[in-house]
Amino acid sequence: MAVIKKSKAVKINQNHLLGIQDLSFSDISEILNEAKKFIKLNKSSSKKTDLLRGKTQINLFFEPSTRTQSSFELAGKRLGADVMSMNIVNSAIKKGETLIDTAMTLNAMHPDIIVIRHQDSGAPNLLSQKVNCAVINAGDGRREHPTQALLDALTIINRKGKVEGLKIAICGDILHSRVARSNIYLMNMLGAEINVVAPKTLLPHSIERLGVKVFNNMKKGLENCDIVMMLRLQNERMQGSFVPSPREYYEYFGLTPDKLESAKKDALIMHPGPMNRGIEIDTSLADDINRSVIREQVELGVAVRMACLKIFCKRTL
Amino acid sequence: MKEKYLINARIIDPKNKIDEFGGLIIDEKGLIKNVGKEVSNENLPNDAEKIDLKNKILMPGLVDMRVFVGEPGFEYKENFRTLSDAAVSGGVTSVVSMPNTDPVIDNISMVDFLKRRGRDKSKINIFPAASLTKNADGIKMTEFGLLKRKGIAGFTDGVRTVQDPQLMSRIMNFASQSDSLIMQHAEDNILSKGGHINDGEISTRLGLQGIPSLAERIIVERDLAFLEEYFCRYHILQVSSEKTVSVIRKNKKEGKIFTAGVSINNLSLNENDIGDFKTFLKLSPPLRTENDRLSLVEAVNDGTIDVIVSDHKPEDEESKRLTFAQSATGAAGVETLLPLALELFHNKLIKLDKLISTMTSNPSKILGIKKGSLDIGNEADLCVLDINKPWVVKKGELKSKSKNTSIENRKLQGQVLKTFVKGQLLFNRT
Repeated sequence: MAVIKKSKAVKINQNHLLGIQDLSFSDISEILNEAKKFIKLNKSSSKKTDLLRGKTQINLFFEPSTRTQSSFELAGKRLGADVMSMNIVNSAIKKGETLIDTAMTLNAMHPDIIVIRHQDSGAPNLLSQKVNCAVINAGDGRREHPTQALLDALTIINRKGKVEGLKIAICGDILHSRVARSNIYLMNMLGAEINVVAPKTLLPHSIERLGVKVFNNMKKGLENCDIVMMLRLQNERMQGSFVPSPREYYEYFGLTPDKLESAKKDALIMHPGPMNRGIEIDTSLADDINRSVIREQVELGVAVRMACLKIFCKRTL
Repeated sequence: MKEKYLINARIIDPKNKIDEFGGLIIDEKGLIKNVGKEVSNENLPNDAEKIDLKNKILMPGLVDMRVFVGEPGFEYKENFRTLSDAAVSGGVTSVVSMPNTDPVIDNISMVDFLKRRGRDKSKINIFPAASLTKNADGIKMTEFGLLKRKGIAGFTDGVRTVQDPQLMSRIMNFASQSDSLIMQHAEDNILSKGGHINDGEISTRLGLQGIPSLAERIIVERDLAFLEEYFCRYHILQVSSEKTVSVIRKNKKEGKIFTAGVSINNLSLNENDIGDFKTFLKLSPPLRTENDRLSLVEAVNDGTIDVIVSDHKPEDEESKRLTFAQSATGAAGVETLLPLALELFHNKLIKLDKLISTMTSNPSKILGIKKGSLDIGNEADLCVLDINKPWVVKKGELKSKSKNTSIENRKLQGQVLKTFVKGQLLFNRT
């Protein structure tokens, strides 16, 4: 555990968790250290604590989500908080209420923490300016998904002992991916070397300025990598045509045993889910218990979110 | 109205190449009777109304070629009275109003309405633009000849671009018949679809879809190719990128006759100013890189760009208090146009007479109006300027009905002291 040193003096400088970009190295260490404590708790028979007893957590999901929403819900409940998940489909937002008005309404109910997912980049930032409680970003547009990156880091540390010095390939639809952006910021800060592998049409402008090497050839991009992070082809965010067909995409950018050959022998396969089997990842690789840590990511996700809820909820006390 | 003698001023009139100390006489009809060093304290008639300008700058009132009024349809954003108050406090005495109202200014009955409202409610000169296409939806062209005869100064779809190349070529071909001025907002709608800010590192970091500068360049190149076949009075409303500047420079060098403008926002700000999703800086064309900004400054200097506009687009709070993607585009700026432009002079980037000409004589020449100069016999539209006065932009102090300034809290140097329209003192800073 070279990267994460225990230090009691460490204090998070932020009131909200809006993105990895706002965090310092010590902030990240504190979150990951805290999360490690919850891994054990989550495996024990009695999973409940009373760390956030009496606190109210509101989950505000403007986009459909299974794993992140249930992960946050479970995390809050295991910490003893009262958790309410807003069903946006039935809410006033569908009647034309703006985000700020919704925020003010919820704020009047004195929540301690709001977890928000929104299709627009920057929505959590806007919300955080208008409420008195802590805001946790559960994914905004293409910008950031900080808890996903943190759980990815925790998964890597759990398996490889550290992030520093590792070579990580992030592959697929980088353009539309908030997971890619948060991971680039986080893994860079933790000292990894990052390759992004994607067709040119799925790369955002000036991505190399974020501190990554860009590859359009997957075998070259995976060379000597310790971690292969696959991303979902986000068809629902695409306006128009970016790749000719799923078949052609799979041929050049799908993770297959053949392409994985060029990575290190013990390279881990990661995926934030939900997966498109046969489009970005070969189905046997996704299920290979020796290589794939995809289910472990989900498991550690709860621990990371418990840590975030605990730390950021405390901040506003 | 009595004759007014404005004395002890530094007179700047780029059209007549005047920069000298002297005075100006406004006659009983509000016209300029005489101007220059011969108008001084000594030869004043005893009973004349005398205004001592104490060595401050006296220059033509500004002509702003791109301003949005909320009438009709968006009166809650800006009406003629509030626009007029905002304009005179910034030394702007003439504006070209964009046709993107509700309904769109696309037929002659709307022109009558505008002229009447403009005359009754505003003190400044309103030169209305009409849309190039019906309802500005890019399908059918408007009646250029009839509209021009009614007093339309120019034609543009304002916030939109005529996308269909066949229609655009026909517009340029037909409009030349009535000698109509075509003003294009150059942005390919398909390339820019879904975009909110400049396509670059900042859009990648903020996770916002970008608008490539190619979207602008491609329309400019297309239209300039048409101009070879179908010559007409053609003006590009706002240039934002280095790529487009090169295209314009090359075409002007080859002898093509057309003009181009730039928003003061693109000359003074860049994409980094958007910071943490400041929706007041969501603009069209978008703010681009510092490199692009510097290329625009150079383009003003070498005459590639002829005009600086405020791109005054008032938006109420409800249209801006949203996520960046949902927020309306545009910033209010008619009253800060001149002081913000002076920053370029104080920073020694653009010479004063050049800078003033881009907001007075150049737009007047393009529009073919008798404004923007101190010609004897012209209506006395004047602006008195303290070029060194420091002040800070506070949105609460803005006269515009909407307060969406792109330069909140910016420290500026130079403030308008007095504004005359048709010889009448309509603004006097105390």
